[in-house]
Amino acid sequence: MFNMKSAAVAAAALVASACVAGAEKIEVTHWWTSGGEAAAVGVFADAVNAAGHEWVDGAIAGGGNARPVILSRIAGGDPMGATQLNTGRDAEDLVQAGLMTDLTDLAEAEGWADFIRPSKLLDSCTYEGRIYCVPVNIHSFQWMWLNRGAYATAGVDVPSNWDEFVAAAPALRDAGITPLAVGGESWQISGMSGVFQVALGGLDLYRAINVDKSPEAAASAEMTQVFEAIAAARGMVDDGYVGRVWNDATAMVINGKAGAQIMGDWAQGEFGVAGQTAGDEYDCLPGLGVYPVLDTGGDAFYFPKPNKNVEAMTAAQLEMASLLVSKQVQVDFNLAKGSLPIRGDIDLAAANACMQKGLAILANPENVLPSSEQAFTGDTQGQFEDLWVSFFNDPSISVEDAQARYVEIVANAD
Amino acid sequence: MTATVKQKRRRLGLFRNLSAKIAAIPMIFTTLVVFVGCSIWTITYSFTKSKLLPVKLFTPPVEFQFPISLFNRSEEGFLTWVGFDYQWNGFSKLINTKFLVGFAQYDRLLDATRNARWAESVENILFYGVFSLTFSFTVGFILAALIDQKVRFENAFRSIYLYPFALSFVVTGVVWQWMLSPAGIQDAINQFGAWAHIGFLENLPFKLMASGDTVIFALLLAGLWQGTGFTMVLMLAGMRGIDGEIWKAARVDGIPKWKTYIFVVIPMMRGVFITTLVIAASGIVRLYDLVVVLTAGGPGFASEVPAKYVYDFMFARSNLGQALAASSMMLLTVVIILIPWMYLEYGRKKER
Amino acid sequence: MTKAIVTPRGAKPNRIGPSRIILYSILVVAAVYYLLPLYVMVATSLKDLDQVREGNIFAWPLRAGFDAWIKAWDTACTGLYCEGLKVGFWKSVQITVPSVLVSIAIASINGYALSYWRFRGSEVFFTILIIGSFIPYQVMLYPLVIITRELGIFGTLPGVIFIHSIFGMPILTLLFRNYFAALPVELFKAARVDGAGFWGIFFQIMLPMSIPILVVAIILQVTGIWNDFLFGVIFAGTQNWPMTVQLNNIVNSTQGVKEHNVNMAATILTGLVPLTIYFISGRYFVRGIAAGAVKG
Repeated sequence: MFNMKSAAVAAAALVASACVAGAEKIEVTHWWTSGGEAAAVGVFADAVNAAGHEWVDGAIAGGGNARPVILSRIAGGDPMGATQLNTGRDAEDLVQAGLMTDLTDLAEAEGWADFIRPSKLLDSCTYEGRIYCVPVNIHSFQWMWLNRGAYATAGVDVPSNWDEFVAAAPALRDAGITPLAVGGESWQISGMSGVFQVALGGLDLYRAINVDKSPEAAASAEMTQVFEAIAAARGMVDDGYVGRVWNDATAMVINGKAGAQIMGDWAQGEFGVAGQTAGDEYDCLPGLGVYPVLDTGGDAFYFPKPNKNVEAMTAAQLEMASLLVSKQVQVDFNLAKGSLPIRGDIDLAAANACMQKGLAILANPENVLPSSEQAFTGDTQGQFEDLWVSFFNDPSISVEDAQARYVEIVANAD
Repeated sequence: MTATVKQKRRRLGLFRNLSAKIAAIPMIFTTLVVFVGCSIWTITYSFTKSKLLPVKLFTPPVEFQFPISLFNRSEEGFLTWVGFDYQWNGFSKLINTKFLVGFAQYDRLLDATRNARWAESVENILFYGVFSLTFSFTVGFILAALIDQKVRFENAFRSIYLYPFALSFVVTGVVWQWMLSPAGIQDAINQFGAWAHIGFLENLPFKLMASGDTVIFALLLAGLWQGTGFTMVLMLAGMRGIDGEIWKAARVDGIPKWKTYIFVVIPMMRGVFITTLVIAASGIVRLYDLVVVLTAGGPGFASEVPAKYVYDFMFARSNLGQALAASSMMLLTVVIILIPWMYLEYGRKKER
Repeated sequence: MTKAIVTPRGAKPNRIGPSRIILYSILVVAAVYYLLPLYVMVATSLKDLDQVREGNIFAWPLRAGFDAWIKAWDTACTGLYCEGLKVGFWKSVQITVPSVLVSIAIASINGYALSYWRFRGSEVFFTILIIGSFIPYQVMLYPLVIITRELGIFGTLPGVIFIHSIFGMPILTLLFRNYFAALPVELFKAARVDGAGFWGIFFQIMLPMSIPILVVAIILQVTGIWNDFLFGVIFAGTQNWPMTVQLNNIVNSTQGVKEHNVNMAATILTGLVPLTIYFISGRYFVRGIAAGAVKG
């Protein structure tokens, strides 16, 4: 009995030490399954494989499907090697429960704080002074994507701002083209509404509500204008949007079935996969052409603490984390995805016209939105989302009622 | 069973019928640990402010190790009695009351003005449930009665009505989503109208999923397509179980066939109806997959259902407390409906 | 359970008269409604993308081909992997076969014990079991994650088999209990007199007599487990996902244009196993239902 036990321990130790130097299978869960996204995640996979590890792909279609799987796996004691996850208060719970690998030492050794910009990207990965995730890109929802051909077909100029877009909508309708492509998922609707808020209401309004939580601002005439724009957008969509995923809506713009889509810059990856060029086949309007600003949300990767083969696995995780922020990977990844790199010190000569627009906006810190994730709890944001979604989908809800509810949520936010 | 036998049985105690008890261990585990245990867990944590992970409601203090700490192990390995008093102190520290929020989650859930989403999902499931039960019972019964008329190709008809039941909700959802999209049935009708020069067909809208008022019918169309066949087969089986003499007697008395069905057959099929109701209703309460695949709860929350509310708050919204409060409400509803029925069905039989 | 039960008991058919014509027309119209989606699935899956775009959904393909089927089975992509549904098919087999065997084994013994070997509390357990079948899965989802984690089987094949066995138990137990209760009790009494015990009677008398209900149980479980999405996605682990999860992945990970033909081919492929079982065993199914569920 005694001998067997010690032999087993010795064997286990041997196996463990042998693995430290060796290759690890890193299972990575993410919800990047559209064409552009898959191409982008392929960059990561290649980098990890080239470093001698094995990337085991755990793609899960749809963030709504993916999050339950990812969270239940971490909570269920079956952690993956690495996972995409939204930063913010969700991840905080997991960090607090001690379920995430601490990346602070690596980050300090490589000087992440020096080259990651804007600095709030790293802040959202930081919990009580320690770093637990790797930001991999900067995403902004504040874009409108237009098909130039669709407007040519309808015989009108390509709009350069929201008002022109509204004015051109009837002409598109007459030509049998849906003016605005939308999808049915709630995040798409609420994201679009958020874009309206910034682009039409302006940065001051955004700040007053999302940072200062001012009920007065929520009740202001500017905000009424935002609700009116959403009400107008109701009439510009097609009947088939219920249950549609975002990239199907993007495909409508690509194929000329729709004039435009209000969607984050990840949509650009789809245009790229379809072989279209910014400025030729499609156009982009940051901030709907009114207030060109960027919100700097983004994707981040977390590394759940391994529960077996701990040492070797943690080493592999750190190696992967370092790869994700490295220069070449950042360039290749973001070119494929259509997002902006997290490093200010790399050359993006290959970036297309729209990405250049984004980089130019990003150069002025004034143009960067504070994230509302830090101001409002996930729960309050959920209430906003519910309101946007109800309002957009139900024409019987008046602008006044919706705004009254909005003011109430802002006033009660904790 | 007489009283004396019962007493004798009781006296034999735990070891009587031992193999049956051992064989029933999986069932006992399932009922006690899974069904009862998980329900208790869910109800308990619905009173907490759990977010993404359940709060640590029960954290044993370091010195408290239940139940070993009744004794202390000394260095030499001897056990010393520690006593109950110590135990009790430890026990009172066991619950972290700071995480408890009372009925706050329920207040929020049931506040229809601030949380229209839950109210809407309850409304939806009620509408769906009543409509789908009525429809599948009526149509199922009529189809069964028709097939029961010694039709030719009975097997073929029955197989056709039943096959959707063999499909996954994911499959059903994907197919119907496409058929109900504007490029589906509507497009086909319009094309046909254009081809046949029938004006009103050319522009006939058939877009159940585009409006919050009609989307529930899209769900019903797909759900009933999948489920009615099963109801029919159960009803048919029930009809076949009825004694042939009854039909003969009815015919001799000159009672029309439809009257026989309504006044004789239906009352005799009580058991079948109940079984069917149980199976159908339990399916309705947990309606989830179909909604997610077909409409994702939209437009707005017009096709939202309670199960989806729970799932969303559990994971996407990271508000476990709220999710568990919602599922406790579902549980409560189920129990309120079931207890009287269980009493009638199974309590009554024992007395027989 | 004699054959007589499955023969029609309705009134003798009249000669072909108006009522028969109405009867058959209703049956045929209903059949068309039920067949329409299947027709759409098959027709669409045989088209290429151009035909899907041009024609309406009810048009029969002008040039039929199995390209979409091959793509759905072999090369459709989710994320980085382009291996189609075939991986999920084998995983579904690996999940379904043991789950069906385990759940039926447990439930048949339960039903048998509840019919002939009642012990104190057995009816209470049964009642809870039936109520349990109504409890929405979401109520038990999170605690079950914790339970399987503690058992060390979360995210594994045994984990998902465990879950399926639990959730198959109520309806199967009900089925077997009703079936065994309807058997003549004399059989059991005679065997007792001969000195047979719990297991002896079960294996030598009850099991051989329960072929019809076993068939029903197998059909119910194979289709139920094959079609499951929720438990597969949560408990099986990312590398063991069943076919339904992969179907959902493929349908939702549009890369460029939405390929309805591939999606429809994928749905047919996913539905093929349960469909085949149904069409082969239709008669047994009805007979088994008559014998089991309905007597409740």
